[in-house]
Parts: sequence; C-alpha cells; structure tokens
Amino acid sequence: MNNGLQLLDMKVTLSGRIVTLVNAHVPPGQVLTVMGPSGSGKSTLLAALTGTLDPVFHLSGQILLNGRDITDLPPQQRRIGLLFQDDLLFPHLTVAGNLAFALPAVVTPMSARQSQIEAALADMGLAGFGPRNPATLSGGQRARVALARCLLSNPQALALDEPFSRLDTDLRARIRDLVFRHARTRNLPVILVTHDPEDARVAGGPVIAPHP
Amino acid sequence: MLRRGLVQTGPPVRLVRSVRLVRSVRLLLPLLLGLPVLLGFAATVGPALHSGGMTELASWPGLPRAALLSLGTGLGATLAALVLTLLILAALTDRPLFRWVQASLSPLLAIPHAAAALGLAFLIAPSGWIARLLSPWATGWQQPPDLLILNDPYGVTLTLGLVLKELPFLLIVALAALPQTGAHRRLQVARSFCYGDIAGFLLTVVPALYPALRLPVLAVLTYAMTNVDMAQILGPTTPPTLAVQITRWMTEPALAHRDLAAAAALLQTGLVLVALALWALGEAAVARTGTHLTLHGLRVPSLDHARPLIAALTATMITVLTLAIASLALWSIAGLWPFPAPLPQNLTLAAWSHAAPALAATAATSLLIGVLATVAALTLTLAALQAEHRMAAPPIPPLLIYLPLIVPQICFLPGLEAAALPLGASGGLASVTAAHLLFVLPYTYLTLSGPFRAWDARIGTVAATLGASTSRIFWRLRLPMLLAPILTAAAVGLAVSMAQYLPTLLVGGGRVSTLTTEALALASGGNRRLTSAYGLLQALLPIAGFLIAAGLPKWLHHRRFAAGFA
Repeated sequence: MNNGLQLLDMKVTLSGRIVTLVNAHVPPGQVLTVMGPSGSGKSTLLAALTGTLDPVFHLSGQILLNGRDITDLPPQQRRIGLLFQDDLLFPHLTVAGNLAFALPAVVTPMSARQSQIEAALADMGLAGFGPRNPATLSGGQRARVALARCLLSNPQALALDEPFSRLDTDLRARIRDLVFRHARTRNLPVILVTHDPEDARVAGGPVIAPHP
Repeated sequence: MLRRGLVQTGPPVRLVRSVRLVRSVRLLLPLLLGLPVLLGFAATVGPALHSGGMTELASWPGLPRAALLSLGTGLGATLAALVLTLLILAALTDRPLFRWVQASLSPLLAIPHAAAALGLAFLIAPSGWIARLLSPWATGWQQPPDLLILNDPYGVTLTLGLVLKELPFLLIVALAALPQTGAHRRLQVARSFCYGDIAGFLLTVVPALYPALRLPVLAVLTYAMTNVDMAQILGPTTPPTLAVQITRWMTEPALAHRDLAAAAALLQTGLVLVALALWALGEAAVARTGTHLTLHGLRVPSLDHARPLIAALTATMITVLTLAIASLALWSIAGLWPFPAPLPQNLTLAAWSHAAPALAATAATSLLIGVLATVAALTLTLAALQAEHRMAAPPIPPLLIYLPLIVPQICFLPGLEAAALPLGASGGLASVTAAHLLFVLPYTYLTLSGPFRAWDARIGTVAATLGASTSRIFWRLRLPMLLAPILTAAAVGLAVSMAQYLPTLLVGGGRVSTLTTEALALASGGNRRLTSAYGLLQALLPIAGFLIAAGLPKWLHHRRFAAGFA
C-alpha cells in the first residue's frame, strides 16, 4: 500500500491543554505546509510525527505511513527523514562518513557502500567531496550534504523543520527547489513546517495551522 | 495482528527498563559516594563517644594551638585564594597577561599538593634556591641563616602554599562558569554607567558567578583546614595542625591513641562546621555590603588603579610555583651544591639511577591506581549522565557529588577500612583504588557534566530518524564528539588520584606505596636529591596527562580529515 502519510485526529496535549490537533492526508509527492507563529505548536507536531516527543506531552490519534501504523514506534523504525534549520552534520566525521552513517547496514560490501555514497554526492553536485571536513564547506554545500544524508537512509516521508530559514534569499530558493524536486522524484509525502509564506507558495500543496 | 501487538507493547517495555536503569544509576552514584563517607565517619569518630578519648584530648597541651592553626590557615588560605581569583578575573581577563595565565592553569592544577609543597620548601628554605641566589651579595649570608621560614609557628608558609595550589583550581572552575553569567554584557552595562572595570565586575558579575563557585570554595575550605600532605611539609611542627596530629595518632603501630584520635577527629569535624558557618555569615555580610554599595551608586573607578598590583601578584604566584617545580628538577640532578652557590657545582644522575628500580615500581603502582580509578570514575560518570539524558531526569544534586570533598578526609578515611572489612576488603591495591575513586569520581563528574549536557540533542534526533539506535548514537556520535572533554576529565582524574596521600596511607595500611607517600616519607629524612626525584616525577606524570589530553584530539582530528574516506 502506497498512499502516503495520514494523520488521523493526531492530538498532542500538555497537562490537558491542546498543543496541536491535525487531521490530514498527504499523498506521495505532495507537500503539506504547516504555518504559524513561533510557539504555536509547529515543532511539537513534528516531534510527534518523528517520535521524538518529550514524555511530558500526551499523544492520541493515529499516524499511518503507507498504511503502516507508526504512532507508537520509536523514531528509528518510522522511516521519516528529518531536516532541521541547522544542517547538524556530525562534525567528527568526514562528508562521506556522515553519509555512511545514514546508509543502511544491509548495503554491503564496502565497495557498494562507497559507490552509493559517491553517486549520492554527485547527484547533489558535490562529486569528490567525500573526504572533506564538514566544517570546511559553505552553507549551501552543507545543506546539500544534509539532504543527501537524509535521502540515503531511504525514508518513506520527509519532515522539514524550517530547513531553509538560515539560508540567504538566493540560496534558499535553490535549496528549496532541490529538496522538493527530490521528494517528488522519490514520491515522498512531505510535511513542511515554516513561517515563510514564500515556502508555502512554492510547495504548492495545502496549508494548515498546527491546531484549529 | 500478532506483529501489531508486539509492536505496541515494545515501547512500554523499553521504557520500564530505562526507568530501572536510571533509578539504579541515579541512586548508585550518591550511594557510592555517600555511604563510605557516612560509614567511615561513624567508624572513625565512634570510639570518641564511649571512652576517655575526650578527656585525654582536653589535657593535650597542644590542643588550642593546633585547633586555631586549622581554623586560621584554612579560612585565611580560602579567603585569599577566592579574593585573588575574583580580582584576577575582574582586572585581567581582557589583558595580554591573561592568555599566559590561562595557558599555565592546567599544568599548575595538575601539580600534586605534595610536589608543590616540596618544591616550595626547597625554594624558600633558609638554605633554599632563593637564599642562594641572593647570597652573599645581597644578604651577606655565608651560612644558611637561622630563620624559621619553613614550618613557621603561625602557619604563614602553609597558608601561602595552600593559596598557590588552590588558586588555579578556583580560577579554572570560575572560568568554566563565567560564560553562563553573561559577564560581557553585564560589564558593558556597568561601564556605560561609569563603573570601574573591577567594581563593575564585583558588583554585577560576581553575584551571578558565586553560586557556581560556592561548593568548590567549600571543598577548598575543608581541604585547606584539614590537609595533611602540605601541612606536614610546610606547616608548624610543635604542635602541628590538628589534622597532622590526628594522622600521627591514627597511624601509630600499637593504636595506643586510637580513642584520642577519634576524639580529635570529632573536634576537627566540629571545627570544619564552625568554619563553614563562619563562611556562610561572611557570605551574607558581603552580599549586604554589595547591595549597600549598589544602592548608594558608588562606582569606585579608583579600584582600577590596583590593576598593575594584581598583575604583578599573579605573575609572582605563577613564577613561584614554576620555580618550585624547577627547583625539584635541579635538586634531583645536583651534585655538590655548597651554600651560597647559586647553582650546583656539577650535575649528576646519581639520585635517579640509584633510585631507579624503586622509583619505577612506585611510579607504576601510582599509575595503575590512577588509571583504574579514573577508568572506573569515567564509566560511572558517563553511565549516570547518559541515564539522566535518556529519561530527561533532573541532575543529581551537586552537594551529594561533593560530599567526599566537603567531609574532611581525616574524619572518615581511618574508619573506612574498619567499615569495609566485613565486605572482604583487604587494605591492598584494590581497596586503595576504591578509596581513590571516592575523590576522583566527584572531579570527573563535575568536569564532564557541563559539556555532556551541552551536547546538541538534535544531533541525536537526526541520527535516530536516520535509523541509528540509542546505543549507536551514544558510541558513534556522542562519545566521539565529547572526546576532548572526556580526555580532560581523565587527566583531571589521574591528577587527583596521583595527588592522594591520606587514602593511600590510611586505607593501604602502609602496604601500598605511591609516589606521594614515598615523597612524604622521604621529606622528613632530609635527602633532598632523592626527595626531589620522587616529587618531580609525581608532578610530571599528571602534567604529561594534561598535555596528552590537550594534544590527542587535535592529532586524531588531523589524521581523520587527512585520511579521506572515513
């Protein structure tokens, strides 16, 4: 079954108060944009989706990914890729090391892993960047490595937490197009959290608030 | 359906296990540190309650003087070290001199108390290096003068030695806490109101900084009042400080004065409590004065004229401590060195080669105890911090961690062996290592907890969504990213263990000898060359530890990013 991401009355409460309440269906290749001012529960919604909700919150409802109930699964088993506003590359690993960390262990032997990593880098216009120290890359290059790392883990959906807000205007448009293009090519449902109307416009899909 | 059921019961089972893990580790650490202290204390002072120890103690003629020495040197040294720490931070942080101060802090911190005291003694004694450098041209001395510079009856030299050693510790703690106080912005505001730099720092930054310094300062106060290694080398002799006298009674072979020692240990505890109370009163008085000054709007810009004086004092302290270690090095290779020659007539490795076999064996024992205690301490520290992180549990109250540092060693270590005997403890290497762990663990925990908690948890979140398990995130990401602070904590742990005197002496029952116990035993014998060799090695090993801890991460980083595919 490949029908995307379904949030069925997904509700997060904090000591009785509703933080976020969403009922939505994101078909493969589509982007659902969640807009709202800071403190409106956007990040809580993403945390509930990725399984990293702080235990003080209470979650009810159901999250289905391609028909699979992932509501109570740990983040490792959900297969939802996450991009933050910071690239959060692992500073002690090379670019290739960062990608190898994400590539599932079932991909063997080493030569196959290496060629997949090199292909992923070439795909992002970063051929030959494998041995580089992440700290020596530009902001745009780091964002692309973060995207490549996320996609190499073979996710079935993407969760984007204001991933373009730290980039300057010109770069923002290019990285945004890149992310959306890859999501469409792979038929991934995407949930984008942002406060930038331009993000929502380019995403093209429906726009909702974190709670009614 | 079965699959679905399994999946749904999965997380709660993990949760229960995690809760158990957290509870046990969170309980384990305070128990591990608190229980030995309490049991040891009870066993140490217990005999005082039902014997003639108290009356025996009351009739000891040295009592008033020994007790006053403990209070005076302890309070004096702590106050001087704290005031100097704050003045250095207030006056020098933005000066070029401060880089030099900062660079010298870790090696100075690494020098064990005993080595610092021995070096200082060989530097300032009537026959020491300074007297030789000044004689006879400035002093006219052809013979070492008959001056009581060392072991002076008022404990002035001891106080000076304590200040020299505690200043780097308090400075390092303060520097680590300073960024969280927003010192820079506070100072900018104060300056914009025409406050002097020093007055601005004391009135706006210190109130935010002091809470982080409080427990370390109390640990310094306890140590300064009750230490034995420095007091034995630099302190008065007839009578010595109370802690030194208790140690003598406790280590007498026939245990003839065990009750007397127990009564004295109880008194020592009382004295520390009195000092802590006095300190708390002082804190309140200073806080009131500060508020008073602020209300009057006194800007005291003239305080800034003291800056050159503070700089000179700081440079002198660092130079003296450096010269102290240099004098150990020089004495250990000195041939014939008659007074008042400024340098030895010839240099020889005789002391080193003569002592080599014993020295190597003793150094190996010291290192073994230090490495074992440090590895155990790091493991427990990381387990406790990781457990705290996984359950988002509140931190263990710092006072519980500081307990072994705030209860005087001499008041619980003597009873520790008796308390541990039923557990099969033998007073061998293992018991000594366990005793060292009591003092190493607080330092590794305090060094590592800040950086561990400051780690960006979103890295873990991203890694989890990439499919990494909790343990993979811990081993492959968190530990490697925290390599530098972990190595620093290890160096601190090793230095703390290498410096321990009483735990080795009292728990080892004389059967375990380390560089520290040997150096102190030799110090009373008068063989300067041999004593210097032991003292120097005792200082060099921890310093080497700090150098490795500082260099290794850089080297690994360089190697990794030069090698290519990781």
